[in-house]
Amino acid sequence: MYDLIVVGGGPAGLAAAWAAWDKGLKKILIVERDRELGGILNQCIHNGFGLHHFKEELTGPEYAGRFASMIRSTGVEVRLDTMVLEVTRDKQVRMVGKATGYREEQARTVVLAMGCRERTRGAIAIPGTRPAGIFTAGAAQRYVNMEGWLPGKRVVILGSGDIGLIMARRMTLEGAKVLACVEVMPYSGGLNRNIVQCLQDFDIPLYLSHTVTEIRGEKRVEQVVVSQVDESRRPIPGTEMVFDCDTLLLSVGLIPENELTRQAGIEMDPRTNGPKVYENMEVSVPGIFACGNVCHVHDLVDYVTSESLRAGEAAAAYVLSGDRAGKTLTVKNGPGVTYTVPQRIRREGVKKNCGIFFRVNRVCRDSEILVTSGETVIAKYSRSHLAPGEMEHIMLPAVLLNKADGEITLSIREAQA
Amino acid sequence: MYDVLIIGCGITGAAAAFMLSKYRLKVGILERENDVAQGATKANSAILHAGYDPEPGTLMAKLNVRGSGLARELCEKLDVPYRQCGSMVLAFSEQEEETLRTLLARGKLSGVPELRVISGDEARALEPGLSAEVTAALLAPTAAICSPWELCLALAETAVKNGAELFLETEVTGLTREAEGWRVSTNRGVYRSRFVVNAAGVFAGDIHDMVSSHSFAMRPSRGEYYLLDKCEGSRINYVLFQCPNENGKGVLAAPTVHGNLIVGPSADTVEGNNTANTAAGMAFVREKALKSVPSIDFRQSIRNFAGVRARTDRGDFIIEFPPDAPGFLDLAGICSPGLSAATAIGEYAVELLGGAGLPLAEKADFVCERHRIRFKELSASQKAELIEKEPAYGRVVCRCETVTEGEILACFRTPIPPRSVDGVKRRVNTGMGRCQGGFCGPRVVELLSRELGVSPGEILQDRADTRILLCRTKGGWEDV
Repeated sequence: MYDLIVVGGGPAGLAAAWAAWDKGLKKILIVERDRELGGILNQCIHNGFGLHHFKEELTGPEYAGRFASMIRSTGVEVRLDTMVLEVTRDKQVRMVGKATGYREEQARTVVLAMGCRERTRGAIAIPGTRPAGIFTAGAAQRYVNMEGWLPGKRVVILGSGDIGLIMARRMTLEGAKVLACVEVMPYSGGLNRNIVQCLQDFDIPLYLSHTVTEIRGEKRVEQVVVSQVDESRRPIPGTEMVFDCDTLLLSVGLIPENELTRQAGIEMDPRTNGPKVYENMEVSVPGIFACGNVCHVHDLVDYVTSESLRAGEAAAAYVLSGDRAGKTLTVKNGPGVTYTVPQRIRREGVKKNCGIFFRVNRVCRDSEILVTSGETVIAKYSRSHLAPGEMEHIMLPAVLLNKADGEITLSIREAQA
Repeated sequence: MYDVLIIGCGITGAAAAFMLSKYRLKVGILERENDVAQGATKANSAILHAGYDPEPGTLMAKLNVRGSGLARELCEKLDVPYRQCGSMVLAFSEQEEETLRTLLARGKLSGVPELRVISGDEARALEPGLSAEVTAALLAPTAAICSPWELCLALAETAVKNGAELFLETEVTGLTREAEGWRVSTNRGVYRSRFVVNAAGVFAGDIHDMVSSHSFAMRPSRGEYYLLDKCEGSRINYVLFQCPNENGKGVLAAPTVHGNLIVGPSADTVEGNNTANTAAGMAFVREKALKSVPSIDFRQSIRNFAGVRARTDRGDFIIEFPPDAPGFLDLAGICSPGLSAATAIGEYAVELLGGAGLPLAEKADFVCERHRIRFKELSASQKAELIEKEPAYGRVVCRCETVTEGEILACFRTPIPPRSVDGVKRRVNTGMGRCQGGFCGPRVVELLSRELGVSPGEILQDRADTRILLCRTKGGWEDV
């Protein structure tokens, strides 16, 4: 019997296991499907990781390496090259591995940290042929950074998600010509620093409110057609631009990988595509926790870490001090807010502050983030700039939560122009 | 000298080869692509129709009913995914209910069992997702779904096991009549055969025109599709058609044997084998499908594709020896219900060839079985036992479809091993799931590279000249 089984050995799983060990759990198992710990960080060889958590700038593998060696200094057991097939509500974890065969392991708590996957061409129904040369940005990143192969020489990137932006720079440095980055929304989906450092610094044009309306080429991509779109994201006839290219990279969003979560009958949030969680990252089944991109898609691994440390601590508390009950506040999305994590807060579970991650649904300037309960505004935070591509975070003091009744709502009030 | 050379290894050619391989004959199959099932066989609705749709008395009607039954039997014997889920044709008006009655009458004449018309409410009781607008439905319990490319592969593999020779990447460029049969020129040299069977799908007209002036015209018709994630796969239980019209059977929604939801097809006349998707075609399919099942969530789409029906100006299947080309058998115009009829077409082709003088002496040692391990479907103890014996089954390569390295390695030991990433996909389902190969693609490339003994840079996505990786990176890899 394990105190804790962590499904996934990426940054979320590693931080959760570390925190649980630190808080006194002794029998912990991390199950990782890849051949090493670190998850997707291993292919993110660029810098910019760790500024918040380690207060220094690291590459992805360095960030992963720090956590991996922290884990190695503990007694946490790690099973690599092992895939979890099922997690049951009573916390039995069924897994297969080449070395260990088929195993069913029982745990007192489970942390779900499976990460996310990329949206594909099929999700956005791009018209045209289906030749070779169409990759998700992450798959291209794996080929370039881990396998040592360049998947394209003349490249168009659809979507301005962070991986796409990073790959625009990476492919350029490897000698490819990146012709354009095309974004259907009127604003970028990635971090501003990536727009500057990965596109502007390399003179790669960013076409906002544009999309790919046709892929041409029978065997290999030969051309893509890019059109401007109107407010409802419909292509505007007559605005077509044709790019001669051999490759189309897609960076059109990430989807939390929650097949195990759904299979276990855990309550989901359609807005995050992740499970609904409490302030301690516990899901609707007591003793099961979720953290990192499986919960909601993050921009910065540092935030994944802080959220996952919370999940690991909570798993330890569950084992050591038992189930947590108490009154629950529901967190609702008001105007301007796409989602919040957590979706539920148990007041007894909040010590000093309750951190709330959320995203806004449009670019806003000089705005106020309002936390209301009923008619009462219980907290207010001002921000000069808010964008959907940048996850926001507030720390709500426990004392203010006492003013709330049943539910709280997060909303954005933009200053009048 | 071959007894029979078959041109094309889609479902029709594979079925003909399979049926012929039961006899003591020298059979060859010439396929211009690098794998079987590369035309309409891999891009259709994957349905074995009950058989009420074609006009009674046509070849389509006769071979559909016979073929669906035969396909069921062969799917069982050859381990091909198959499920008899039944189908409904939906009526939305009094006029369409009239169409249902016509179809019912046709079906009865063609010998389709258990066919009946039910009310809208009865239909909704069986299929809760149906639109409230549905007024009646024709229920056909014998309709089924299958994996069309795996059926083709199973038939072709079994033919090869029984001695048929498959020549891939071999394109027929000319056909000449000689004293004892046919001289078949290809990009890979000349073959000679007593009989030639034309199963070239959309290209059957081109092959036919090499030997005969007694002609038909191809009228290729493209059908576009959506394939939705497994979370939509249980939305419906039946294959749901709308009333057929001059463009075919209309847009359907159906579960797939792999657990997804398939929606389509459109019907647009195209030049040749144009399988591109179009914004208009996809929008048409979405709109029509939502009429049948308003709750379909198209945000769960994982793939669009299109196939081209090998339709001709003759309306029916063309299964005959053209009068001016003795020993040359056309299996042309095999559009819907071609998949359903394919095995019966193969059987009928043998009958016609026999009638034309091909000696049909049965083999005593004909092998008609095939098995493959589907790790995902095994019980816990079977999984444990298998990994114990062969550890490669313990490594999951495709996480969306739970496909193991063991299954991938096994498909390289089959009679028709894969030559591309999509070839592996058609054999073991890697990359068929929601991430569409984003995660497992590089792993499959690695395994192909190892098994084929070529550099990853040579690995193909699918057909010839579809290399995935263009060159090495600048050299940093050399130090790793």
